[in-house]
Amino acid sequence: MINPPTDAVFATTTDAYDDHDETVYSKVTFWTRLRRHKLAVAGIVVLALISLCAILAPLLAPFDPNAIDNVHWQGTPLPPCFQDHILCGGHPLGTDAVGRDLLSRLLFGARISLQVGIYTVLFELIIGVFVGAFAGYYGGWVDWVMMRITDVFLSIPLLPLLLVLTAIVAASSNKAALSFWVIVLIIGALLWTTVARLVRASYLVLREREFAEAARAVGNGDLRIIFRHLLPNAMAPIVVQATLDVANVIALEAVLSYLGFGIQPPTASWGNMLSDAQANLQVAWWAAVFPGLCILFTILSINFIGDGLRDALDPNMK
Amino acid sequence: MFTYVVRRTLAAIPLLVLISIILFVILNNAPGGPLAPYLQNPHITPADIERLKHNLGLDKPIWFRYIVWLGTILHGDFGYSTSNSEPVLQAILERLPATLELMGAAFVVSLGIGLAAGIFSAVRPYSFSDYLITTLAFFGQSMPVFWFALMLQLLFSVHGIPLPGGYEIVLPSAGISTTDTFDLGDRIEHLIMPVIVLSLLNLALYSRFMRSSLLEVTKMDYMRTAAAKGLSGRVILFKHGLKNALIPVVTIVAISFPGVLGGAIVTETIFAWPGAGRMFYNALQQSDIALMMGYLLILAVAVVFSNLLADVLYAWLDPRVAYD
Repeated sequence: MINPPTDAVFATTTDAYDDHDETVYSKVTFWTRLRRHKLAVAGIVVLALISLCAILAPLLAPFDPNAIDNVHWQGTPLPPCFQDHILCGGHPLGTDAVGRDLLSRLLFGARISLQVGIYTVLFELIIGVFVGAFAGYYGGWVDWVMMRITDVFLSIPLLPLLLVLTAIVAASSNKAALSFWVIVLIIGALLWTTVARLVRASYLVLREREFAEAARAVGNGDLRIIFRHLLPNAMAPIVVQATLDVANVIALEAVLSYLGFGIQPPTASWGNMLSDAQANLQVAWWAAVFPGLCILFTILSINFIGDGLRDALDPNMK
Repeated sequence: MFTYVVRRTLAAIPLLVLISIILFVILNNAPGGPLAPYLQNPHITPADIERLKHNLGLDKPIWFRYIVWLGTILHGDFGYSTSNSEPVLQAILERLPATLELMGAAFVVSLGIGLAAGIFSAVRPYSFSDYLITTLAFFGQSMPVFWFALMLQLLFSVHGIPLPGGYEIVLPSAGISTTDTFDLGDRIEHLIMPVIVLSLLNLALYSRFMRSSLLEVTKMDYMRTAAAKGLSGRVILFKHGLKNALIPVVTIVAISFPGVLGGAIVTETIFAWPGAGRMFYNALQQSDIALMMGYLLILAVAVVFSNLLADVLYAWLDPRVAYD
């Protein structure tokens, strides 16, 4: 099995921001380095705005996201107000095909996307860190079994496997069984192996270091060494991977929902809004354009942040 | 070299067995099990289900069923696809040429443009064009593929791009061809949008990888030696630099393969491309578990072998890699 040279792949833009002076780097702090990565700063600002919109969705949304506007809607999607301020019926970004306010659905969809991203990554971190730490620290059969399992998950293409698992859940009763938490659990259960591999690799090195030996010598138990002494030193790659995975998960949720095996209607998610929009592409461009822009800018800003974090946490990580 | 190939191939076998065990467990723990599609059929009584269970050996212990199942798989029998009313393997093989046409074209495009952009970037590091390319690559990697496809359809199929002189660029949004008779121009028109969509993700990946690989190589001592010998910049770059920088590209192509397989499902579904990916999507919607599993198993085998091929190629291309 090939070990993906992921670092080399993702670090390419980052070295544009290195100032090629190691001695300077060792003195500046994390925040100074992060601030220097302009795209990461832009990413933080955009993501903060999107998060704020998600948190304040009930206050900001002009309409109920699931309510059909029976007053103005006549069977065709209403256009955005900037395109036709009379026909739009007070819906700033227009409505979808069945007359629900697009802006309100986008705001509530932001909650779904961000929450799926955050909870899935938390779940994957819990499994990945535990498994990776024990495998790396103890080695032996624990390590062997874990590496074989991750080999399997790396060999089955992620999206088809995800689709099969969700389709099986859907086949068991109906698609309503694909609740928010089921989606989180299924994606998390497939994604933890990357984190586990990273943590394992760090622990293989860390367990041989002198401070680990010192901790052992003064009589600390294994658990205490693993979580109190080694984990803080293994945090940098974990934080970077977790950040990039939030973006990956948001993209996966969007494509699953788009294909009908993710978040189920009437709950608005950016992905399932797009699958509704496809059928009406000819009459309502707005319903197809805005949810996609939301997905793109959310993922883009998280990827920029991840890239900046990689630089800031460890310039040698590359 | 030969023993290396044999050893690596043998090492892949336990992995494939493990994959088959895991897929088998998923299949058999699916609610309703392999008979799920029949359970919803009102014409099939519980007694029929029992008889089917007995005939198919579903009342036997799970390890026994696994061995029987593995035996049938090894004979090329992947079960019966309920959504296509034909054997799974036959259904997949019938639609494979269309998928390979799409994937092959996308591969050529993404590799060609990706590597060229990466080299262009690496030759002028930290210049404006380098920043532009790397930022575009970021956009490419963050782009939701299915939305990009929708936007292309909106631009080129729904509206059309007007050209001076009253012409308009309009591309077909669905299918592999307009008529059954072969027309090369028509086939290419149908290919354009799906290929752009499918190559987008790897375009970004390849260009970023090529750039970093070439930048890495330019720091090497032998590059300085070549310059000291008085060779021209072009010769140094292409004969000494690029040759070495391309070696790791083999790895990245293998790594990107599973992603392309996943992307093909989405792309084929959106563009109604009559390939294996769209058939897989239809199978998902009709709970055709035999086809889902057969498809996954074949994908996994393809991934394992593409990784194996990459390892072998790498060892063959780069004499520094010890393979004994």
